[in-house]
Amino acid sequence: MNYARHVLNHLRKDLRLEWRTKDSINGMLFFTLLVVVVLAMAFDPASFPSMTRQISGGLLWVAMLFAAMTALNQSWARETHNSVLDAHRLSPAPASALFIGKALANFLFVTAVEVVLAPIFTIFYNLQPLGQTWKLLVILPLGTWALVVNGTFFAALSLRTRNRDTLLPLILLPISMPALLAMIQATTAVLTGQFEPTLWIKVLLAYVIIFTTACVMLFQTVLSAD
Amino acid sequence: MTSWNDPPAAAAEPDQKLPAPAEAPVAASALPAVELKRVSRLYGSFAALREISLQLAAGSSVVMLGENGAGKSTLLKVIAGLQSPSYGETKVFGEEPRHQRGVVAYMSHATMLYDELTGMENLSYFAGLYEDGRKPLVSKRSWRSETAAQALTEVGLDPGNTRRVGEYSQGMRQRASLARVLLSEPDLLLLDEPFSNLDAGSAQSMISRLLGYVAEPSPNGLTRTLLLTTHQAELAGPLAQTTLTLSKGRLVSIVETSRMVRKAGGVEEMRTDR
Repeated sequence: MNYARHVLNHLRKDLRLEWRTKDSINGMLFFTLLVVVVLAMAFDPASFPSMTRQISGGLLWVAMLFAAMTALNQSWARETHNSVLDAHRLSPAPASALFIGKALANFLFVTAVEVVLAPIFTIFYNLQPLGQTWKLLVILPLGTWALVVNGTFFAALSLRTRNRDTLLPLILLPISMPALLAMIQATTAVLTGQFEPTLWIKVLLAYVIIFTTACVMLFQTVLSAD
Repeated sequence: MTSWNDPPAAAAEPDQKLPAPAEAPVAASALPAVELKRVSRLYGSFAALREISLQLAAGSSVVMLGENGAGKSTLLKVIAGLQSPSYGETKVFGEEPRHQRGVVAYMSHATMLYDELTGMENLSYFAGLYEDGRKPLVSKRSWRSETAAQALTEVGLDPGNTRRVGEYSQGMRQRASLARVLLSEPDLLLLDEPFSNLDAGSAQSMISRLLGYVAEPSPNGLTRTLLLTTHQAELAGPLAQTTLTLSKGRLVSIVETSRMVRKAGGVEEMRTDR
């Protein structure tokens, strides 16, 4: 119970900070809307409904990945400003609770962007899923968590480097490849109805479990590093 | 220079080992609060600290002086466990500093507070980080609020102030930062230039608060240990039971300037300059 209370304490703080500044959400919304609108203008989705269904999963997740990266560095920048992170390093509260709280906050921010983006994406690309649409309710949160949990961890890892804005994508993109593949394939399966997404959902679930456990276990070491 | 391979009796050079207060009604830890053995800290080829060996007895109140770049802040960070020594060994109450989370509090030049939150929101949040092991009679949330409000009031800030910390004056930030470290009720309090942005009145209030603070036993029942750095030696006089001087990364002098006799109700000071 105490652990959950610590997580909630961090989460509440991050939500309050974002509510006051709106740094992460504004940046992500602008970026994803730009990608969706520009790509919709690059080709006519209404003329190629089959091709649109084939590529929409990839478009959606690549836009979300790049948007999430703009927010992830921002979320740790708050902790380094005024050296607040040093206060965390001296406190007896579990370090992993700080990580989980921040990952949950980032998850909520990215989910909020997805909620705004989903209807716009559907309208711009004239999408009518041919598979079981409800499965998107499993794929979207799992995929978002996979992006966010790794992103939050590697953003913390690159905090003390001089060129952290460059370093994060360099580390995060290769390591997210299995998850990206699974979430794109699963989303495409739902949109096209050509194959079952279950296998890809299982792959995504396994990825999420493995990487969440690893990040939680290693975060104390990352926080304590000089 | 003391050799740390010698047996303890031989290692106890009078100018390297600081005594505990003469009369201490509250329990003093048998272990030294801080023990440094030939500690050096390098940044590339630059040595910020050079072979510093030192013991501070639990319950001592120490002021550290030195010019800019003498290594004062680095030494505090090493003791706090925020930086590892390049060479040598650091112990706080007999353990490596990184194993003493919650026992040590550190106030740096930076406020270690969120600019976008109010003082009360900041301190309630930090109180939440220290609530484990405390036994509040009220709910945890009320306990956090009460602890935060009390800490702010003690440093002369209004808990009801709705201004964000980023909008505070430098002096107010400094006091909010002090409130943050005091609410954690540490056994070892490390303060880096705590008076630097304060007017004379505020500095005197802070000194009074610190004098009261070191006189109280910690939640662990130990006398509290204080180590602060300052350029304003005259201001820190009442706190300087012992004065250390650093120069170019070396510990050049340790002077016992006064002894404080701790009493339950306050502090009596007897100056014994030498």
